Amino acid sequence: MDGGCSGDMAAEFGDEPHVLAVDDNLIDRKLVEKLLKNSSCKVTTAENGLRALEYLGLASDKRNALDGTVSKVNLIITDYCMPGMTGYELLKKIKESSVLREVPVVIMSSENVPTRISQCLQEGAQMFMLKPLKQSDVKRLECYLMRCRS
Amino acid sequence: MEVVQIQRNLVDYTKSLFMEGFLDGQFLQLQQLQDESNPDFVAEVVSLFFDDSQKLLNELTIALDQPIVDFKKVDAHVHQLKGSSSSIGAQKVKNACIAFRNFCEVQNIEGCLTCLQQVKLEYYLAKNKFETLFRLEQQIVASGGSIPMIEMGF
Repeated sequence: MDGGCSGDMAAEFGDEPHVLAVDDNLIDRKLVEKLLKNSSCKVTTAENGLRALEYLGLASDKRNALDGTVSKVNLIITDYCMPGMTGYELLKKIKESSVLREVPVVIMSSENVPTRISQCLQEGAQMFMLKPLKQSDVKRLECYLMRCRS
Repeated sequence: MEVVQIQRNLVDYTKSLFMEGFLDGQFLQLQQLQDESNPDFVAEVVSLFFDDSQKLLNELTIALDQPIVDFKKVDAHVHQLKGSSSSIGAQKVKNACIAFRNFCEVQNIEGCLTCLQQVKLEYYLAKNKFETLFRLEQQIVASGGSIPMIEMGF
């Protein structure tokens, strides 16, 4: 987990939206973090699926250790190609969780593979974005972030 | 030299980098993200890119030097390099990586070795270009001027 993730408090309505960004590429993590911060989001980054699950409280050894029933994050944006656990596998784990399945998940990839895209959308991803990410892409996330802003 | 002249040099130099294909639109995205709260954002990310890429290039050299080459591993490294170069707008590096991945796919060792040399070349060229760019920016700031924004209308 990158430094700078602060606190384990559940996201509250009216606060800044809290986004979890997952990507194994350091430069891409920096880019997505800045893009989101410039849109007034609180950002936590994770360098792989396992770290993301740990942060979300879904790691296999802590399956029932979620604090309360409210998710810490309002949106999860994840890279598809990651070592160990792909973004698709991470998406599935999130959708299996009763607490987290309502959290919108966006998948990013540098590769435009139609079967990959439909697979993710079918599994419940809200959106698929092509990398490298631009400011206009983050604008498209506004609808998910707006719900948090009062 | 007057600040105005250095600013003009910077604009001309940046434009030439776009014209020659060293940079693409993604670099402008990066510049647009920079603000007062994070005035060194571009320089920081580019610096991270060069450090990260150097490591990848070292790994690639080692991987391709093995008696039995693990093409999956090689491809994974090139994929990383392609991703980061694409994210900062280093177009020539990115394109060299695309060619490299094609040779990985067909497990052509000679092709891969040639591509590695090409990627290294593009990496060093890009590094020099960016260093010149940032040096010009620093000169402007040191002289009390502001960094001019590049319009993409050329």
